[in-house]
Amino acid sequence: MSPSTAIGLAIALPLLGAVGIQLTGSRPNLREAVTIITSLLTFAVVLTLYPVVTGLAPHNRPELELLTVLPGVALAFQVEPLGMLYALVAAGLWIPTGLYAIGYCRGHDEQNQTRFFTCFALAIFAALGIAFARNLFTLFLFYEILTLSTYPLVTHYGNDDAKAAGRTYLGILLTTSVLFLLMAILWTWNLTGTMEFKLGGILAGKAEGPVVAALLALYAFGTGKAALMPFHRWLPAAMVAPTPVSALLHAVAIVKAGVFTVLKIIVYVFGIDLLGRSGASDWLMWAAAFTLLSSSVIALSKDNLKARLAYSTISQLSYIVLGGALATAAGILGGGLHIAMHAMGKITLFFCAGAIFVASHKKNISDMDGIGRAMPFTMGAFFLGSMSIIGLPPMGGSWSKWYLAMGAADGNNAIFIAVLMISSLLSIGYLMPVVGRAFLFPPKVSEHSHGEHGHGEHGHSEHGHGEHGHGPISAWLARIFPGFHEAPLLCVAPLCVTAIGCILLFFYAEDIYNLLLPITQSAPAVTVER
Amino acid sequence: MSETVGLWNYWAVIALMMIGLYIVMARDNLVKKMMGLSIFQVAAIMFYVSMGKVTGGTAPILPPGPDHTVLYDPAILYSNPLPHVLMLTAIVVGVATTALGLSIVVRIYEAYGTVEEDEIVVLDGEQP
Amino acid sequence: MTEHLPVLQVALPLVAAPLCVLLRNRHAARGLAVLVSWLALAIACTLLSQVQDVGVISYKLGGWAPPLGIEYRIDLLNAYVLVLVASIGAVVFPFGFGTPEQGLREGQQHLYYAALLLCLCGLLGITITGDAFNVFVFLEIASLSSYTLISLGRSRRALTAGFSYLILGSIGGTFILLGIGMLYMMTGSLNIADMAEQLPLVSGTRTVWMAFAFMVIGTSIKLAVFPLHQWLPNAYSYAPGVVSAFLSATATKVSYYVLARIIFTLFGAAFVFETMGLQRLLMPLSVLAMFLGSAAAIYQRDLKRLLAYSSIAQIGYMTLGLSFANVSGLTGGIAHLFNHALMKGGLFLVVAGIVYRIGSSKIEDMRGIGRSMPLTLAAFVIGGLSLIGVPGTVGFISKWYLVLAALEAGSMLIAFMILASSLLAVVYVWRVVEVLYFPAEQDPSSELKDPPWSMLIPSFLLIGATIWFGLQTDLTAGVAGDAARMLLEVAE
Repeated sequence: MSPSTAIGLAIALPLLGAVGIQLTGSRPNLREAVTIITSLLTFAVVLTLYPVVTGLAPHNRPELELLTVLPGVALAFQVEPLGMLYALVAAGLWIPTGLYAIGYCRGHDEQNQTRFFTCFALAIFAALGIAFARNLFTLFLFYEILTLSTYPLVTHYGNDDAKAAGRTYLGILLTTSVLFLLMAILWTWNLTGTMEFKLGGILAGKAEGPVVAALLALYAFGTGKAALMPFHRWLPAAMVAPTPVSALLHAVAIVKAGVFTVLKIIVYVFGIDLLGRSGASDWLMWAAAFTLLSSSVIALSKDNLKARLAYSTISQLSYIVLGGALATAAGILGGGLHIAMHAMGKITLFFCAGAIFVASHKKNISDMDGIGRAMPFTMGAFFLGSMSIIGLPPMGGSWSKWYLAMGAADGNNAIFIAVLMISSLLSIGYLMPVVGRAFLFPPKVSEHSHGEHGHGEHGHSEHGHGEHGHGPISAWLARIFPGFHEAPLLCVAPLCVTAIGCILLFFYAEDIYNLLLPITQSAPAVTVER
Repeated sequence: MSETVGLWNYWAVIALMMIGLYIVMARDNLVKKMMGLSIFQVAAIMFYVSMGKVTGGTAPILPPGPDHTVLYDPAILYSNPLPHVLMLTAIVVGVATTALGLSIVVRIYEAYGTVEEDEIVVLDGEQP
Repeated sequence: MTEHLPVLQVALPLVAAPLCVLLRNRHAARGLAVLVSWLALAIACTLLSQVQDVGVISYKLGGWAPPLGIEYRIDLLNAYVLVLVASIGAVVFPFGFGTPEQGLREGQQHLYYAALLLCLCGLLGITITGDAFNVFVFLEIASLSSYTLISLGRSRRALTAGFSYLILGSIGGTFILLGIGMLYMMTGSLNIADMAEQLPLVSGTRTVWMAFAFMVIGTSIKLAVFPLHQWLPNAYSYAPGVVSAFLSATATKVSYYVLARIIFTLFGAAFVFETMGLQRLLMPLSVLAMFLGSAAAIYQRDLKRLLAYSSIAQIGYMTLGLSFANVSGLTGGIAHLFNHALMKGGLFLVVAGIVYRIGSSKIEDMRGIGRSMPLTLAAFVIGGLSLIGVPGTVGFISKWYLVLAALEAGSMLIAFMILASSLLAVVYVWRVVEVLYFPAEQDPSSELKDPPWSMLIPSFLLIGATIWFGLQTDLTAGVAGDAARMLLEVAE
């Protein structure tokens, strides 16, 4: 299989999967099989591209040009290191999320599951399109497809809350992208006459001074998915969605699409040189730092676990934007690494939140006292994920924070090291209490009575959790661990896998580092010694 | 002065136009509106007709000569026939417009029981 | 045979219309109308490819040489508009084949097809002819038949809507007639190309200025340029569904073509924009139309009326493109002519399908019907996204050129306004999508299902075309760009 075919296949597979899911909708087992097989195949195809990217020089990357939309504007794909990383993250995490979603939806007896899995596959399709986009037009096209294909997921429950959340979600994402991002793209086209991503940037020599800063502002705020304040409201709003959606989309596909876009534009449209030289990104560092700290503080105040995780996500996304804005090699590397590290850590946390909800219908942290005794696997995984988000070794998250701090030091922006440290302390403050309560506090009395969870939209779910009827393996597990009250196996297994992934990333960070190194070549030499 | 007065045909056209437009705007009765529209269209027709007239010119018809030929005398001044011919078409258009408009008015009368616009507005407000 | 294609383009529907009346049978009349519309499309496509191969086609009607005889003159621009009008006709005429026509009296259906064919003939005639007075005649043919078609709507308000369109349309037509007369006084010719050659010699006279004003205002009434749009919302919302689709996709587009022809071919861009300064009037009006049209659409309770107000905003985009008087802007305007026809025609057909099923075009009656009509919902969403201008749809292509034109003209403000006004489209489109998509308190009757295939296929042809031409723009933006360069006399 030639690399170009692989690109086409990687993008087409989720789309075909979506069609397959729609066609097999009346037979749930077959439909779920389609999801799993498609996700495995997609990941395998993306993997075949990995050696190609690491092995080739930048000017010789595999490409696929589908058609010319307008003169000079093509629907075209190209694999480059940053996109490769994002594609690996999105396709790789689709597998555990797919399994988890199946467990969650069945454990929870969700409505409209066919639509749910179809849109899921479409979102992955869009994410891969973004990852492999060769030019701004293709990127923008798939960016909007991602927004629209996830709308039915966000509004899955179809009630008034979902409708309101859907409005916020679509309103902010479409407004920013149409008003700012599209404007920036057209302005770039007007200035340079090209849309193609080029290492070292296309704006160098075409724009100077305030124009660069204005363009950067349009790009940074136009990428609403990066959730830079004040355009972050959609992210907490979208948490009304079922948890697998929050897990994949709001920890991986959508938000990472946003920060990936920002990084990609900084590296391939502006060029690190231009930004570093002109100082046009100084304000962006401050904007990112503000978002980073203030959303951490807001996270502290949230009792709803998913809301807390949402604000944590906003904060962590700003790490990546900050990495890009620093415009140093180490900053970019740190930002890139953080895409992978945060994805793995945050998806674990969301999986845990969903598993807790499926097993015990608890949403608020204050209700979770002592829950670790009933759900040791889930809360153990939560602990590992939290460590990675905070950035403690031996978790993957420690590397990305290390490089981000290095990037700040390189650019003589030492103050941002302090920002990063404070934010890490804040993240200890909002994540560790959850673990502490779960393991150390005595359980509350009314744990098994479901009467207190009068959430209208879940009124249909029966007491079918834990030991009741979730296949022979669950029954067997329940027999040997009698005190446990875990979620179904399909929910617990994926979160254990991703938690272990957080540890593995600590040891395999060098591969990601080597993958990303070529994109910083036009930047000042990397001074970091590993 | 002579220029202004000498172009009296245009003044007539303008007057007709304004009368027509005023009726269309100011009258509530739909039949009267149609009348106004007709006057307005007639203004355009008059404009073309007077435009083709050459002072001292006669009707552009060549007299028959012997042996089925026609006599052409360059000394005779003819009016320009083209605008007049064009107006045949415009008159047809005008008649068609008036016929269609009046037939719609008839239908409106059947549906509403009135041809007064203000009453129709009231009726529409009652039963949307 | 092929050399007579230009006249056949107009003559076929003209002859078929009285035949429909004579047939006195609705099935036969409908079959004939569909057949003629397909033939017209075939002819139009042939003409476009001929123009692309050999350049301008000049056809002398009856063998009389211009400027005395009537000339049909086909260049890239009007071949393109011919293809648009004919293809909308070819898709819309078969809509709902096999189902009873809505809201027509028994025994009058064949007259309805005669009127549709006459309207098609008039629109094609306006486009194809190179003779100014001929433009007026065909304009009146198209207008008179469209007044009839509009007043055929089910509600009695259709009658008043048709009547007020008749009044305004006739005034517009007469204005154009007066303008043509004044130009004839100054040039002694009625052939547009011939007039254009002579006009520069007399362009300083007040008569020519008056002619220009009369013709631009007359066409603007027909085009529904803000604030001359008063007739449009009622006309489109009370006309029968198919008629709304057909007229919204063709009538205003042809008027736009006439306006572009008047400005660029007849008077010339230099006279219009430098001497008369039309852009100083047209640009603010276009921007106002974009915002006020969309804002009014947000508050409509009737879906067809909502789409009608959206049309006023979209016409604003087209005239805005014209007022830039640069290649990108004109390309955007001409491309949007095509693109908007596809999306609005498609959307009106979708609504006609909904009305066929639920018997109402009120938005509140449509709660939750997306569940039982998934294909209809999908078509509406795609068409709506196109109105918004999401990439991958035709709306994006138009916006692309318009924003570029604004940037080239150095006006960042206008560029932002174009984008900001498309956000208003998000609001009015999504308001409807929410109603269709989210379940109602009491579910609509379970017997509700998508409209029959004879309605779905035409809708999906147009809606699908908005995606196809959003990605493959050789026919739309490509030809529009060539036409724009031709009109502005700019080399490639």
